[in-house]
Amino acid sequence: MATKASRSAARVMMAPAVVLLLGWMLVPLIMTLWFSFRTYLPLRGGDQGWTGFDNYVRFVTSSSFWPAISTTLVLLIGVLTITIVFGILLAILLDQPMWGQGVVRILVIAPFFVMPTVSALVWKNIFMDPTNGLLAHLWRFFGAESVSWLSDAPMVSLIMIVSWQWLPFATLILLTAIQSLDGEQMEAAEMDGASVLSRFFYIALPHLSRAITIVILIQTIFLLAIFAEIFVTTGGAFGTRTLSYLIFQRVLESQNIGLGSAGGVYAIILANIVAIFLMRIVGKNLD
Amino acid sequence: MARAVTNQRKMINTGAAWIIGLLIFFPILWTILTSFKSEAQAIADPPIFLFFDWTTENYSTVMERSNYGRFLWNSIFIAGGSTILGIIIAVPAAWSMAFVPSKRTKDILLWMLSTKMLPAVGVLYPIYLLFIQFGLLDNVYGLTFVLMLINLPIIVWMLYTYFREIPGEILEAARMDGATLRDEILYVLTPMAIPGIASTLLLNFILAWNEAFWTLNLTAAKAAPLTAFIASYSSPEGLFYAKLSAASTMAIAPILILGWFSQKQLVRGLTFGAVK
Repeated sequence: MATKASRSAARVMMAPAVVLLLGWMLVPLIMTLWFSFRTYLPLRGGDQGWTGFDNYVRFVTSSSFWPAISTTLVLLIGVLTITIVFGILLAILLDQPMWGQGVVRILVIAPFFVMPTVSALVWKNIFMDPTNGLLAHLWRFFGAESVSWLSDAPMVSLIMIVSWQWLPFATLILLTAIQSLDGEQMEAAEMDGASVLSRFFYIALPHLSRAITIVILIQTIFLLAIFAEIFVTTGGAFGTRTLSYLIFQRVLESQNIGLGSAGGVYAIILANIVAIFLMRIVGKNLD
Repeated sequence: MARAVTNQRKMINTGAAWIIGLLIFFPILWTILTSFKSEAQAIADPPIFLFFDWTTENYSTVMERSNYGRFLWNSIFIAGGSTILGIIIAVPAAWSMAFVPSKRTKDILLWMLSTKMLPAVGVLYPIYLLFIQFGLLDNVYGLTFVLMLINLPIIVWMLYTYFREIPGEILEAARMDGATLRDEILYVLTPMAIPGIASTLLLNFILAWNEAFWTLNLTAAKAAPLTAFIASYSSPEGLFYAKLSAASTMAIAPILILGWFSQKQLVRGLTFGAVK
């Protein structure tokens, strides 16, 4: 099939993409590793030399480390739960015969295409503002005290905003998976008298398990890196500082490059653990 | 599915789906509506849904006041440039992996994907430093290059999955007829690959348009695209809802329209072919 000539041609054709990505991966990674072992404060004395694992120890023993981890986990678990539970329900609903299915689908998917800074700013001001926000109007209409969402319930608010952005993604992927479900199998089960619930738990859910796993893994990677939503809404205040945001602050705001880089290495390791599982699934699908 | 469904059930489905669909879409709808209100009506209590004095004044104010055109142009340049550049680099790579696969092809593909998983914040300072060194900070070319690298793995993957669907026999037949590699690419492959390339272009344009880590951290006034423009829209609480809405609507409208065309590609592009 493939001749020697076409093989070497193939190598040449692949080279630009491979070289660029290799550079993009290795150069900053090596620099981050290098900085993480040094005391490096650009605004306060510059590079002050080698410190061994000091930065790594200081990063995890600092008082903001564990709160950042728990914020990250709360955000991650909250958003995953909401998007997957509602994503499954919504996907099942959208799979039913109805009028105007195409239009409904467009309505549901739309939030995914809204740029993060816009959705964060719109939610923050137009919806969650304690005096003029739409939710405040609604609360007052029902005679309740309006809520300062982003300062009194910051994590709930953040989870709401991020879930709204990611629900379309989960729904769309789960819908794609549901549409490949064997209709006859469902019908047979229905005729045999299986209830709606047992049909869901014994046929639909196992069929969806792969798609659910993929949604979890991909969303986890994106959610671990979430930035603009926090940057625009709370700027990391009120306990919304995630691990990535903490690293961002260490690096750019307090300009402690060594410490921030050590944090960056932790984040890279964490993301890679998730990535390995994702790669495995994707890799299996390649064969 | 040929299952008989009673009209009654279909009506319940329709009702439920429309209510939920509109609820999810509501924040966008509300933003669009607010952009046509006066500032006073934008914060009116009780809120006015449709019966306000429609005005396009906010749009002209935003455009005049904040040099909106430049941000828009930066967005178009960065998103478009990075996508086109990415495709130029990715097409040969994806082509060779799809049609001349070797033992290592799978590993290379997975490795490329893994570079996408690198958390941006972990390499923020090195990139920042390199940008300063090369004078690329707040420069559209620098940002275009970074966004190209960010999306390159997805572009290669999408193109690869599209190219794999092109039957290899056709290429062999062309080769038998004496087509050179160049002919093969120009006259056989390209026409068949165009739909896939177009889909890839569309989705990656959207992803680059909405990218909000590097665009926020590597730009200031000159090269800032719409993501940064919106983020800097520091309206004192509650005073400028209508203008904020107009600016937001202008930033998202083109992408919403493009996005609706790219629903299918979204699944393929973001699950790397793992969900079909």
